[in-house]
Amino acid sequence: MSGGALTLEGVGKRYGVVRALKPLDLVVQPGTLVTLLGPSGCGKTTLLRLVAGLETATEGRILLGGQDVTQLAAGERNVSMVFQSYALFPHLNVLDNVAYGLVSSGVKRAEARLRAEATLGTVGLAGYGARLPSELSGGQQQRVAVARALVLEPELLLFDEPLSNLDTRLRRSMREEIRALQQRLGLTVLYVTHDQAEAMAISDRIVVLRDGAIAQAGTPRELYEQPASVFVAGFMGEANAVRARVLAVAAGQAEVALGALRLTLPARGCGPGEADLVVRPEAIRLGGAEPATVTRATYMGSHAEYVLATAHGPLLAMLPGGGEPHAAGSAVGFDIDPAGAVLIGQEKEEER
Amino acid sequence: MPRLSWPPPWPLLLAAAGLLLLPWHYPQDGFALVSVWGEDADATSALAQAARHGRFWFWPALAALALCAAWPRALAPAVLGLAAVLAQALAVGVQGWSAPWLEALFGALDDRQFGIGLGGACTTLGFLWLTTGALARRGAFRGDRFVAGGVGLLALLILLFTAWPVLRLLAEMAAPREGFTAWASLAERLLDRKLLSLACVVQPVGCGVLWNTLLLAACSATGATLLGLCFALLVTRTGLPGRRALRMLTVLPLITPPFVIGLGLILLFGRAGLVNQAAEALFGWELGRWIYGFDGVFLAQVFAFTPTAFLVLIGVVEGISPAMEEAATMLRATRMRAFTSVALPLMLPGIANAWLVAFVESLTDFGNPVVLGGSFGVLSTEIFFAVVGAQQEFGRAAVLASVMLVVALGAFALQRRVVARRSYVSLTGKGDAGLPPQLPAPVRRAAMAVALPWAGLTVIVYAMALAGAFVKVWGRDWTPTLEHFRRAFALEWSAGGLIFSGGAWHSLGTTLLLAGIAAPITAAMGLLAAWLLARQDFRGRTLLEFALMLTFAVPGTVMGVAYILTFNLPPLELTGTAVILLACFVFRNLPVGVRSGLAAMSQLDRSLDEAALTLRASSFRVLRTVVLPLLKPAIVTALVYAFVRAVTTVSAVIFLVSAEYEMATVFIINRVINGDYGVAIAYCAVLILLMVGAVGLIQLLVGQRRLGRRAAVPA
Repeated sequence: MSGGALTLEGVGKRYGVVRALKPLDLVVQPGTLVTLLGPSGCGKTTLLRLVAGLETATEGRILLGGQDVTQLAAGERNVSMVFQSYALFPHLNVLDNVAYGLVSSGVKRAEARLRAEATLGTVGLAGYGARLPSELSGGQQQRVAVARALVLEPELLLFDEPLSNLDTRLRRSMREEIRALQQRLGLTVLYVTHDQAEAMAISDRIVVLRDGAIAQAGTPRELYEQPASVFVAGFMGEANAVRARVLAVAAGQAEVALGALRLTLPARGCGPGEADLVVRPEAIRLGGAEPATVTRATYMGSHAEYVLATAHGPLLAMLPGGGEPHAAGSAVGFDIDPAGAVLIGQEKEEER
Repeated sequence: MPRLSWPPPWPLLLAAAGLLLLPWHYPQDGFALVSVWGEDADATSALAQAARHGRFWFWPALAALALCAAWPRALAPAVLGLAAVLAQALAVGVQGWSAPWLEALFGALDDRQFGIGLGGACTTLGFLWLTTGALARRGAFRGDRFVAGGVGLLALLILLFTAWPVLRLLAEMAAPREGFTAWASLAERLLDRKLLSLACVVQPVGCGVLWNTLLLAACSATGATLLGLCFALLVTRTGLPGRRALRMLTVLPLITPPFVIGLGLILLFGRAGLVNQAAEALFGWELGRWIYGFDGVFLAQVFAFTPTAFLVLIGVVEGISPAMEEAATMLRATRMRAFTSVALPLMLPGIANAWLVAFVESLTDFGNPVVLGGSFGVLSTEIFFAVVGAQQEFGRAAVLASVMLVVALGAFALQRRVVARRSYVSLTGKGDAGLPPQLPAPVRRAAMAVALPWAGLTVIVYAMALAGAFVKVWGRDWTPTLEHFRRAFALEWSAGGLIFSGGAWHSLGTTLLLAGIAAPITAAMGLLAAWLLARQDFRGRTLLEFALMLTFAVPGTVMGVAYILTFNLPPLELTGTAVILLACFVFRNLPVGVRSGLAAMSQLDRSLDEAALTLRASSFRVLRTVVLPLLKPAIVTALVYAFVRAVTTVSAVIFLVSAEYEMATVFIINRVINGDYGVAIAYCAVLILLMVGAVGLIQLLVGQRRLGRRAAVPA
């Protein structure tokens, strides 16, 4: 494997007979931010804790900058972590919290204080050193936690759902701040979240986990536009999954039939026959050839949402600007914009 | 124009019944309803006493009743009624008018009255609830009559059974002695050499009782806290096998009468003890009677209070988020540094709390000092001997009890501040799912070296305490026997049927009966108080909470002395009755009910009762139909704990028992004081078994179903 900042080779974790994480490979390139995304219980936090050294992998190797750290304790690895609860020490003031790691690694207290002060400046908290964590707002506590991890200048910075304790608006600005900081300082970051929008906003690459295994890894655009499975498509935003029929494949392009509709889409390995077709809600246009009935119509301001009853099951459609209103119960036809539809490759769906 | 409403409000009916139908006084020789209009003035109702026996001091209350009947919703007549009842109760005592100016006003009175009885109690409650109802109608308590009534009831009971006795006790300190003024008597008692002497610092004689007590409490608290911390760390932070068994230790102080440890120690280290005999037989060493005195009491108290400290500290250690120490290890700290610089500072307030809890326990402990103290006197035993001794020095007892009260309140205030500071631990809202970190190896070894031998010793002491019941005379005649059980619990069949001929049956029956009556009252009052404090908002809520907390801080011995001082004479003449024991049980154990109620209440979402209220249910209906069913586990817990504590308590009860109402623990203490260990131990064994059964019953009833929203099956 090539020289990533972090390389996982066949890393897995069992608790007795329970398999929390199937053996998996992963490379994080220096200076990039990689997100582990997945529903709760998918193994993303376990993976993060294995990398941190808070738990030990039961199989595989973990390499940090080429050095095997699989058996090293947390304090001996050059990584830092920002905890979900921040885990700030409530009995120490902000400055001592940030300096804690430096003092532990043998830096003189005076120098540790200076460096901690400087790092507090980096995260925009200069002058807050004398306060106790309980005297700060949630967003400020978050920054202290980041500063405390940053001050050690780790090879790899870990974030465990760092924004889940903040309210929605603050979450938005904090994630932009983390991304800006990461790019400005060229940090290598492994970031865990279950929020798809957060992952899309800050990541260079996203790793979608499901049931302790990687479902798909790639850039945010790849995952959204070319999902490897219905699960990934559904997890990366609203998606309608229908069963369609591939009529013919020529030059990598498939002729797809959905009722009366005909679409030409990249085949992505599909042969003639039944196939899963993922259609984004914004790709459904009303007034087409395939019959449908509106079962619910919702006006959302910037767009309108319709739930359609069709021969292929219920479909969600989003029309920009509201369009002309269709009342619930009215019969409308629909068709599909090929730009917002994608075939799911057959060979990827071996699980269930 | 007055309007008669029909049906009349039931508090009015209660007041009317109390004044017109029921015997007003507490009869000294049983009572019968037929005599309420009879010739014996003291057995009749208030109306009869006023109309037939010329006791005109009842007329104001009767007039207030008439006014209340005319205006049942008005405030003034109800308050008038309360005032009239209070005034008549205070005005006439056992020797006629109770104040010279009253005698000057009305002339000499050739009459007296006994303590308030059923009629007086009903009338007081009736007028009280008329008052609170009227207040609620004027918008107080958010217009909620049930809440108003509950608050009124609690306030009245706290005033009667805590505030008044304690004030009475403080006043007794200054009771003039022959040839002294009040101030001089107070000063003479307070500056007593026996209380404050510091002679022991410079020469080998005893110090003042206060210093003895403080030194003993500080030493016992330190020992118990250290041991408790070791146990707590071992149980929560190591993979030690048998951790569950260690947890069982926490149940011990609940189920054992407080002097069992002392007995066990005597059987080990006393003059006829196993260790002493072995030492003499094997090495010819004469160990003597070192166990009687400071060392023995200290040892017994550390044994007795370690489980309590352990219980407090388990919560403290478990309350520290694992993420804290994980964060420290991520920040390059060694396990040892993470423990000493993060975990330990976070535990400190909790450790201080445990220390203070043990300190107060030692301060108020009576059982161990009386069994093992010998000539080493502490406050609780000195108070006891001042009261039961030949001179009956109530003034001295009052001074000692007041000193104990001040120390206890001081410790309590300190504890409140310490616990308030603890809130910073819960700063981190959402917990990370971390693993509790293992102890650093040196700390683990040290904890094990201290705690495991101690646990073994505890088991041995208990085993000794029980084994003593099955041999003839400990140390001299080791023949196995059931004779002690026979003497205590013999049953005989005779022509008349089953005869409980054993000496212990009477006290056991009384104990179980009174504890059984007290438990539901305690639970009901505790839950009512918890509900009012947790869910209701009214003016004076903090005051009520503060008064309740103070009630909890009054040591049992102080309460006992205060009760005999206060309830010896009318208007509440309760000494020697079952009522005084019941009141003592209820008010000593109320914290148990309040705490379990508060704990359960905090689990139930407030929106639950708000939802019911918006569905037009009255707040009594909300309490009955929504809150109570959800609180069943808390109710069962409060019931059983109140019962168990009533059975095993000794400090307050020892002052309040009478020949008719003797309690099990007092019976045992008297046997121990007489050196009759066999029966005492046999009785203890039976009590422990009963208590184990009771605690097992809680586990059975409550253990299975954990109520609350978090009980959902993990996905």
